[in-house]
Amino acid sequence: MTWADVGWLVLSVGLFLGFISFVVLFLTYAERKFIGRIQQRLGPMRTGPFGLLQPVADAIKLLSKEDLVPGRADRFLFWIAPLIVFVPAIVIWVSIPFTRDIVIENLELGIFFVLAVMGLSIAGILMAGWSSFNKYAMLGAVRAAAQLISYELPLLVAVLGVVMIAGSLDLQVIVAEQNTVWYIVLQPVAFLLFFTAGLAEVGRTPFDIPMAESELIGGPFVEYSGMHWSMFFMAEYANTFAIAVLTTLLFLGGWRGPAPATGWGQDVMMAFWFLTKASAVILVIFWIRATIPRLRIDQLMSLAWKVLLPLAFANLVMTAFYLFYGWPDWSIVLLSLGLLMATVYGYYVRRRSRLPRPVTVKLRVRQGRIVG
Amino acid sequence: MSPLLAIYIVVSVMAVAGGLGTVLARNVVYASLFLLLSLLSVAGIYVLLFSPFLALVQVLIYGGAIIIVVLFALMLTRQGDETGSLDSPQKPLAAVAGLAALGVLIATIVVNKWPPSVDPEPVGFEKLGATLFTQWAVPFEIASVLLLVALIGAIVIARPEDSQ
Repeated sequence: MTWADVGWLVLSVGLFLGFISFVVLFLTYAERKFIGRIQQRLGPMRTGPFGLLQPVADAIKLLSKEDLVPGRADRFLFWIAPLIVFVPAIVIWVSIPFTRDIVIENLELGIFFVLAVMGLSIAGILMAGWSSFNKYAMLGAVRAAAQLISYELPLLVAVLGVVMIAGSLDLQVIVAEQNTVWYIVLQPVAFLLFFTAGLAEVGRTPFDIPMAESELIGGPFVEYSGMHWSMFFMAEYANTFAIAVLTTLLFLGGWRGPAPATGWGQDVMMAFWFLTKASAVILVIFWIRATIPRLRIDQLMSLAWKVLLPLAFANLVMTAFYLFYGWPDWSIVLLSLGLLMATVYGYYVRRRSRLPRPVTVKLRVRQGRIVG
Repeated sequence: MSPLLAIYIVVSVMAVAGGLGTVLARNVVYASLFLLLSLLSVAGIYVLLFSPFLALVQVLIYGGAIIIVVLFALMLTRQGDETGSLDSPQKPLAAVAGLAALGVLIATIVVNKWPPSVDPEPVGFEKLGATLFTQWAVPFEIASVLLLVALIGAIVIARPEDSQ
């Protein structure tokens, strides 16, 4: 490794930073438009044609806004917390491949690196919550910590199933191994677990309990404004995009799709398929936000520990049997679907047993009057 | 000076500074965050020593563990702003234990015959996994049972008295 390598690394990370910022700006616009459609509104329309300049206007507003620090806040931690959240959200992109050739540094431990580094941002959220000297921020931070620690387990164990089938942690290899069949077919349980736990990891609705605008008025970020707040905001959207991209890479075949065999047309089509699939996943995330209300904290915890984690372990054991005894592919598909159906059935049985018994009242009517 | 050496110096200074901060900080939250800094710097040293897998395990496990420590600090000390004395009467005992550990480490460094410097090559995590689950399977299992026992012990202690 020479200083030239270091310079190249800094330059490419800078380029990616620019790209991610652009994506984040566009995502905020896309989210508002899409949710507007779902709610029979137009979304932003005033700034530029179709409101296209709205994200730019928002960015300028945030940059020029006063950066307030509460009087009794712990100034150092308050100042550094947004960085601790922001840096992991950017660093993970170092090893995420966009096509076969577009990646800064493909790591042998790719997916493990991404998930391990992603988990670090929670330290920043806790710092933000504690240093703000605000009880809402504190509550939000504690909720965020509990939530992220709980959902990291099913997330990792779900990814393990895919990794076992692909035989590698390298994201390039995982995509290359999906040349016959996407892993969403072989690992439907892992797909659902990863998507759900991923939403919880990045704190999207219905898992945005730490922010919970309507009860915690914004959670750990309540006291932040201007630049510092926008760093939290950018980190959240960058992480949402990361979850969509990882879902694409792990389960939807990455950049695989109809493409010419050679030449620049291949690269263009790879990028096209990759971005199309990632955008589709993003739209599903927005759709969920517009449709499903926020969970309660106890529901959140019991979902993670009583439903997702056992399912993840069942999937892991199932995949191990499938690989070890060389069972045919259809067997694991059937087993997975059976597992999912059993889960849904169990949910309904439990729910019915909890509902109050319907009260039957027998009315005896004699001569037009109710007697008992 | 090569970049690797520069990175090594930065990371080592951060690890030591983090360790000192953990011991010297008057505030529990600061102490746990210093511990996080120290542990992450050690992960950086693992990367420099060509064991990225160990480094990532360090980040994943200790990242989560520190969060738990901060949570405990917050729950046990009223928002963590406990500024009174944190000393306990067991201070001499702790000093003895610390010095003993230091002695063992120094003795290990002095007594061992270190192999001449070789070009390090990364240990593939596949090889690591294979060795861990075949050659070292028994120590691995013993360690996990030990952790399980500790976990159950903690639950038994924390369980409310009145529940049967």
